[in-house]
Amino acid sequence: MAGAVKFEEEVVRRQRERARIMALLLGAFVVLLFFITIAKTGINW
Amino acid sequence: MPTLELTNPAALPADWRDLVALTKPRVMSLVVFSGLCGLLAAPELPPFVLGFTAILCIALGAGACGALNQWYEADLDAKMRRTARRPLPAGRMDRQSALHFGVGLAFFSVLLMGLATNWFAAALLAVSILFYVLVYTVWLKPRTAQNIVIGGAAGAFPPLIGWVAATGHFAALPLLLFAIIFLWTPPHFWALSLFIRSDYAAAGIPMLPVVAGVPNTRRQIFLYSLPMAAAAVAPWPLGLAGPVYGFAAAVLSFVFVVLAARVLANRGSEPAHMDAEKHLFAYSVFYLFALFAVLVADRWLAQ
Repeated sequence: MAGAVKFEEEVVRRQRERARIMALLLGAFVVLLFFITIAKTGINW
Repeated sequence: MPTLELTNPAALPADWRDLVALTKPRVMSLVVFSGLCGLLAAPELPPFVLGFTAILCIALGAGACGALNQWYEADLDAKMRRTARRPLPAGRMDRQSALHFGVGLAFFSVLLMGLATNWFAAALLAVSILFYVLVYTVWLKPRTAQNIVIGGAAGAFPPLIGWVAATGHFAALPLLLFAIIFLWTPPHFWALSLFIRSDYAAAGIPMLPVVAGVPNTRRQIFLYSLPMAAAAVAPWPLGLAGPVYGFAAAVLSFVFVVLAARVLANRGSEPAHMDAEKHLFAYSVFYLFALFAVLVADRWLAQ
């Protein structure tokens, strides 16, 4: 029983960690796409 | 929720650190550096963000190669001391996750390269990934002692991709950079495989020292170092690089050939007596970094 609880805790911990990293990566990707678009369209600020 | 014990970590979602380890970050650093040098040596530089994206795509493509290589070779990795602690042979991740991660990364890198720079560079990146995974890992590596000779082409692509991402076309210099890495790979890997050949023998991988013996491998290392040195110096007499590069390439290559000659002269057959091989292996990594860095410095000095 203790093993099952530990397993659940570990699954949740890893899912949280991966969700956080995925959110950061997606955010960075959106920013990158924005600047790629600016560079490709040749807009000068 | 299943009541599984933690004794089976592969049943858990993969830890992000293991996903990073799948990409072979140390190998990736040399790939990224050579790709960056190919891009910086180009006559015209793209806007910063596009150059950054091109290098990012080369890194992600290399990561995909590492992941797919580890997915395919998980059983072999388990038999070798050097690789037994990788995520798959250590049982920290299931194979399907590694496959999905590798394929996803490969598609993402190629698509992003095409959208951000040009589809020629994206096609080259796709070819290099397919070449590394299908031609080297699946076909050549388990079958022939020449695996690293032909497979070395996969690692030679990054400077070519960097250049094409910047310019959209081929030129003589990036083809020479391709040739340098192509000829550098056999002495680099054979030096390593000499002092860990028992690992390769245990895994049944027909690396040259296992199949052809130690003296023959030492001879091949020396023989390959000669055309490699010639290719490294060639950009100078061909007018593709200046005297700064020419002098540095000549000195760096001379030291490489001397170290390869020391390997040729070595008679030790146990890893403990293979200092010459270990020195050559360590120097070969420095050699490529230094050679490419000087090339970029020389190109910028000339502008």
